[in-house]
Amino acid sequence: MEDQIVETKEQKLVFVTVGTTRFDALVRAIDSQELKKELSRKGYTHLLIQMGRGSYMPTKSKGEDGSLAVDYFTFSSSIAENLRSASLVISHAGSGSIFETLRLGKPLIVVVNEDLMDNHQCELAEELAERKHLLFARPQTLHQTITDMNLESLLPYPPADATPCAKLIHKFLGFPDD
Amino acid sequence: MASFTFLLAIFIIAITAFIIRAFYVILQSGKPLERTDAKPLSTLVVLGSGGHTAEMLNLLSALHKNRLMPRFYVAAATDSMSLIKARVLENSLNEKSGIPVGETAKFIQIYRSREVGQSYMTSIGTTLIAIAHAFLIMIRLRPHVILCDGPGTCIPLCIIAFLFKVLGIRWSSIFYIESIARVKRLSLSGFLLYELKIADQFFVQWPQLQRKYARAQYVGCLM
Repeated sequence: MEDQIVETKEQKLVFVTVGTTRFDALVRAIDSQELKKELSRKGYTHLLIQMGRGSYMPTKSKGEDGSLAVDYFTFSSSIAENLRSASLVISHAGSGSIFETLRLGKPLIVVVNEDLMDNHQCELAEELAERKHLLFARPQTLHQTITDMNLESLLPYPPADATPCAKLIHKFLGFPDD
Repeated sequence: MASFTFLLAIFIIAITAFIIRAFYVILQSGKPLERTDAKPLSTLVVLGSGGHTAEMLNLLSALHKNRLMPRFYVAAATDSMSLIKARVLENSLNEKSGIPVGETAKFIQIYRSREVGQSYMTSIGTTLIAIAHAFLIMIRLRPHVILCDGPGTCIPLCIIAFLFKVLGIRWSSIFYIESIARVKRLSLSGFLLYELKIADQFFVQWPQLQRKYARAQYVGCLM
């Protein structure tokens, strides 16, 4: 299996996910030598990329000589396990992956895909970035975002609460409050 | 000639009556129900892919399930995941209450008018099929309550429900919850149901949207 030295060393995984989309600009940005060096410098040991329908193949690496170990796959039925084992998540702007990551309390950088038309999902990522629940980047600015990032400044996302909405529905339908 | 005039008169009277009734329905929509009995209300839950379904199921877990039943879950025929997730929720409710799922919930697939990437020409035909299918479903179910949070499939269903109100077939309460992904602008479904005043209650999950759409109510995040 893996190198003995790698196994005993504490793993710090960066997990990249593009969901069911095609987002080569992100995968290419991640695959750049400078960005991988920066991640290494920040103490991350592994990089795992879920690349979806993209055609750009990142360079795999076993991570010998202390550099970042890089691996990738296209799809999996559930990325929950990958998210759970990650120390940092870099995701496309899909609301599904955003909330799944925030619920697990993992630091998150959302990278918006500027190739998509009518990109309303950008709104959500920007709003959550303004509220300091995540960091927001574009493929060209991702390297800078990672260099400058201070994960301590991120705030946990509060648990969702459907009761205000449910109360209004009950009231409208004339259900007694109990 | 006389019979033509007669038919025309009938036609004009019918159209006028319909329009007056439609205005009355719009005026009455948005007013809370005044109910004297405590009978449960049949509920149509429109599910969409991914995020939409997660938000809807979060809302459902906070609602009075024993007052909102039976529950009819509708999802696009190409979206099997949503109905599976709804079934998981219903199974867990069933474990607590002991009532078989078949009595409290039904799961229905509906044709979608347009798949992502489908050409506009072929989508005319598929839209007609989707509307006909929505009609059949609505005639069969005639729900008292409709909950939807954004997928395009809710548009034909809600318009048919509105027609039922106008024609006196069934008075339903339509609740629309705009998805959490919509922060600054409404989705097309939301915009239509808001502007056409088809939704009795319109909920948004961000305060800045509420400021733009005065009849919307801000309810905080469902996700």
